[in-house]
Amino acid sequence: MNLPSDYLPIIIQSIVALGFVVFVLIATHILGPNKKTKNKVENFECGVESEGDARSPFSVKYFMTAILFVLFDVEIIFFYPYAVNFKEMGLYGFLAVLMFVAFFMIGFYYVYKKGALEWDK
Amino acid sequence: MSTLIIIKIIIILVIFAITLFIAMYSTYAERKIAAVMQDRIGPNRAGPWGILQPLADGGKMFFKEDFIPAFANKKLFIIAPGIAMFTALMTSAIIPWGGSITIWGQTFDLQVADVDIGILYILGVVSIGVYGIMIGGWASNNKYSLFGAVRSSSQMISYELAMGLSILAVIMTTGSLSLKDIVEAQDGGKWNVFYQPLACLLFIVCAFAECNRAPFDLAECESELIGGYHTEYGSMKLGFFLFAEYINMFISSAIISTLFFGGYNFPFMHDLGLSSNALTIVGTLVFFAKICFFIFFFMWVRWTLPRFRYDQLMHLGWKTLIPLAVFNLMLTGGIMLLRDLF
Repeated sequence: MNLPSDYLPIIIQSIVALGFVVFVLIATHILGPNKKTKNKVENFECGVESEGDARSPFSVKYFMTAILFVLFDVEIIFFYPYAVNFKEMGLYGFLAVLMFVAFFMIGFYYVYKKGALEWDK
Repeated sequence: MSTLIIIKIIIILVIFAITLFIAMYSTYAERKIAAVMQDRIGPNRAGPWGILQPLADGGKMFFKEDFIPAFANKKLFIIAPGIAMFTALMTSAIIPWGGSITIWGQTFDLQVADVDIGILYILGVVSIGVYGIMIGGWASNNKYSLFGAVRSSSQMISYELAMGLSILAVIMTTGSLSLKDIVEAQDGGKWNVFYQPLACLLFIVCAFAECNRAPFDLAECESELIGGYHTEYGSMKLGFFLFAEYINMFISSAIISTLFFGGYNFPFMHDLGLSSNALTIVGTLVFFAKICFFIFFFMWVRWTLPRFRYDQLMHLGWKTLIPLAVFNLMLTGGIMLLRDLF
């Protein structure tokens, strides 16, 4: 069992890391030259000028992936307490988790059959 | 209490320095290894054999113009590389670098914090790393950047699922989330890789994808996306993105060694008759040797395998790795129960 004070080193490390990041970002801002020209501030393009706003709509597949990730990630997190206590739970716990996995896989199969994981359609 | 905090601060700073040093020299090693594999010489101008090359590169990054494109979202553009670097630097906190050392009657562990949520902490911090890339690509307001960022976030969250599932089998055999306990459980040559070869393979594949390393480097994809999410970046902000990648590679190697290759354990370590302190030091050196091997492995794969196509990448992550990981989980549970029963 951990006490809140056991997390103190992590807070110290986050302060050190944050200090380093901020220090370096400020230092590089001060050290480098600063000459802005009209062409320089334009967006990078590769031979062909870019048209319109860059934030154009992109494939809905990415949103599907994000939604599925949230669903399955929550289900995976439910496995963690079980995995830690696996040895105490024994056969009964295992059967319960088998049932949970069955539900998990039914959901997965449904998503699979619906074609949510197909990328080239 | 206060001496303990001072010791912790020293450990934090030392690990910080080692992390930055290894990340710097990974860039050098990468270029040298690539050169050897492609029958070239590689960097050889800065210092003998070019060993000062990383310092020269770092210096150059500092003295480049810190530049923000006119169409970019300025605040987010600055914050994004900061997030990437910050999360990369935070993961080292819970890795056990060695056993315990006794100096002046005071015993302490070579670990910043032994928290019992260990692995969850790593998964949590790693998933914040996605924000660095996504915000960076979005703030740049460039099509190449946005596509790189979207691809990369989608890839990272997909492989996080398989990664989370593959670790579960190790947690079941150990019964703890703390990395320290997992290392101790592998004492005496009982490395997890021999008991969980499938989990190990899955975890390594997912670690490659999480680090955006080849063959999963679709986020950068220089031939089609120029630079992916960091197309618009320059100076040390670009340096942060690249540096974070190398730090993540170092940390991933450390976690692979910890979870599956015995961490700071090595065969016959208790038969050598070393004192406790000497054993810890040798163990830490062995641990770093394992980490160096895995960093080399990362580079070896990068210069050997071609890049995946995006649909192949998603196919592998969702349709192959996740079912395999679930299968491995149930197999582990079943075998462990059978062994208890008979």
